[in-house]
Amino acid sequence: MEIVRKSRKLAPSSEAPKPNRTRIRIKKDLRKNWFVYLLAIPVVAWFLVFCYGPMWGVLIAFKDYKPLLGFAQSDWVGLKHFIDFFQGPYFWRVTKNTLLLNVWGIVFGFTAPIILALLLNEIRDGKFKKTVQTITYMPHFISLVVVCGIIHIFTADEGIVTQVLQWITGKDYTSLLGYSGFFRPIYTFSGIWQNIGWDSIIYLAAMSSIDPALYEAAEIDGIGRVKKMWYITLPQITPIIVILFIFAVGGLMASGYEKIILLYNPLIYDTADVIASYVYRRGLREASLSFSTAVGLFSAVINFALLWVTNRIARRTSEVSLW
Amino acid sequence: MTTGDRVFEVMNYILLTAITLICFYPLLHILLASVSNPTALMAHSGLLLKPLGFTLDGYKLVFKDNSLLVGYKNTIIYVGLGTLVNMVMTIMGAFVLSRKDLYFKNFIMILITITMFFGGGLIPWFLLMKDIHLYNNLWAMILPTALNTWNIIILRTSFQSLPAELEEAATIDGASQAAILIRVILPLSKATLAVIFLYYLVGNWNSWFNAMVLLKDRELFPLQLLMKEILVANDSTATTIGSAGGVVIDSAQSSTAFRELVKYCAIVVSTVPILCVYPFLQKYFVKGVYVGSIKG
Repeated sequence: MEIVRKSRKLAPSSEAPKPNRTRIRIKKDLRKNWFVYLLAIPVVAWFLVFCYGPMWGVLIAFKDYKPLLGFAQSDWVGLKHFIDFFQGPYFWRVTKNTLLLNVWGIVFGFTAPIILALLLNEIRDGKFKKTVQTITYMPHFISLVVVCGIIHIFTADEGIVTQVLQWITGKDYTSLLGYSGFFRPIYTFSGIWQNIGWDSIIYLAAMSSIDPALYEAAEIDGIGRVKKMWYITLPQITPIIVILFIFAVGGLMASGYEKIILLYNPLIYDTADVIASYVYRRGLREASLSFSTAVGLFSAVINFALLWVTNRIARRTSEVSLW
Repeated sequence: MTTGDRVFEVMNYILLTAITLICFYPLLHILLASVSNPTALMAHSGLLLKPLGFTLDGYKLVFKDNSLLVGYKNTIIYVGLGTLVNMVMTIMGAFVLSRKDLYFKNFIMILITITMFFGGGLIPWFLLMKDIHLYNNLWAMILPTALNTWNIIILRTSFQSLPAELEEAATIDGASQAAILIRVILPLSKATLAVIFLYYLVGNWNSWFNAMVLLKDRELFPLQLLMKEILVANDSTATTIGSAGGVVIDSAQSSTAFRELVKYCAIVVSTVPILCVYPFLQKYFVKGVYVGSIKG
């Protein structure tokens, strides 16, 4: 493994007959920057071990991996696990849930911080603005476990949210996390509660660098506040919105499944179980190692495809894209 | 100001106040409930705007229970050691990536960027951790999370924003690369260093998933993992808090009540450190996002 790593790192420069110039450049570089490379070694090693290492492990998705036999001795089964998954009873459920939860997250969770930023941007009173910011940033620092604990408490039989719901609809409810229909709203809106403040910071930062001359020109034209928001502020921060949107779609910022694992229970698997939580349950709890790796790989491929498509669309329609 | 503008102004203040109250209320509720009489709590319905009675029994139970204290100790160790490792590794990474004339820089950059998009998945990662014996020990809590790519990028941007003349002057004076890092770059990057230090600190304090997956012995559990047991009911491992600890509990009803009370107290105890630190450091956190967003 050591040897493979080393040659991978030096690959660009060690093909057989090498023009002398490049060789000399590299030698000079190593001599001058030896300290930098020394520091680079642990960092690169970390990425190789902890990020690329697991990538090799993905191959067990194509095998019938049995820990006792080890990797080499386990049988090769090709696409069997993928087919099992697609034809299995849970494929549609987890895929649908993953998609829907992400859509909810984007429709509500992505837009909420933008709206907050737009509103905050219009406040002139520094004290009010600062207070709002301080308080709305707070929930972000509370650990996910505690947030989910709060959710459990508030949606329990006698919890506040349950009571409010009963008061509004006149119907009786027990613990809200036992109803499939409530899972997505609970998940999404608690996510907004926790992150609306923090996520709005980036947008506020972008808004602070908008050229004031634009607003002045609009003022002269007699355009009202709301219209100014719509025609000036929003378009000016479109680049950052597009980038973050691509991230959101590609799941790069996803912390998704940890929260689901903390909130779900067998009663609501039919809306709460997503691909990632399914992988966790089947893989780490039930030890179906190869199968769950296959599912995870499927999910990663879909994520990347979505990312690629979104980036493409972004590149065509705006000038902003990730690559 | 037109009428439309005025209406907007009023609506804006109302809306923002509402959002702020919604963000704030759950925390207030928890705090008040943690010092309230447990039986009164069970009977109470609706918003909690002041404590019902006043009792510190919940907190007494929390502190008397050994496992929570052990959890606290573990978290402090993991956070202390982990954040130190984080800082050292991130500084090294940012330094390497900020060098202008490094031959292999692009290679390293691409190596790192790819990992942002691709990964092996949970199961292969877990199997690897077990294979390299990062299981059920201290290093399992430190090494797998030693680096965060975003933080490397933030710090790198900060290093790159230092004027090149400073480094050139230092080189002329005969400084080695190491000296440039330690004497020039780091002292001038204190603000950003503080920011990523805080990001790592909070992240480490709140982490639980790796602990859940990689730790088996309860004596090694960090605080948040114990919180999970107390707060999230669908865990099969029973919590001992409330049933041990020597407090006399006379009926099933009040035992449940006490368990509820203990939940609130535990939340306060595990979150207060971060929330105490937070107001003073808010400006650092926000600055970090500003710096990071410039890269974005």
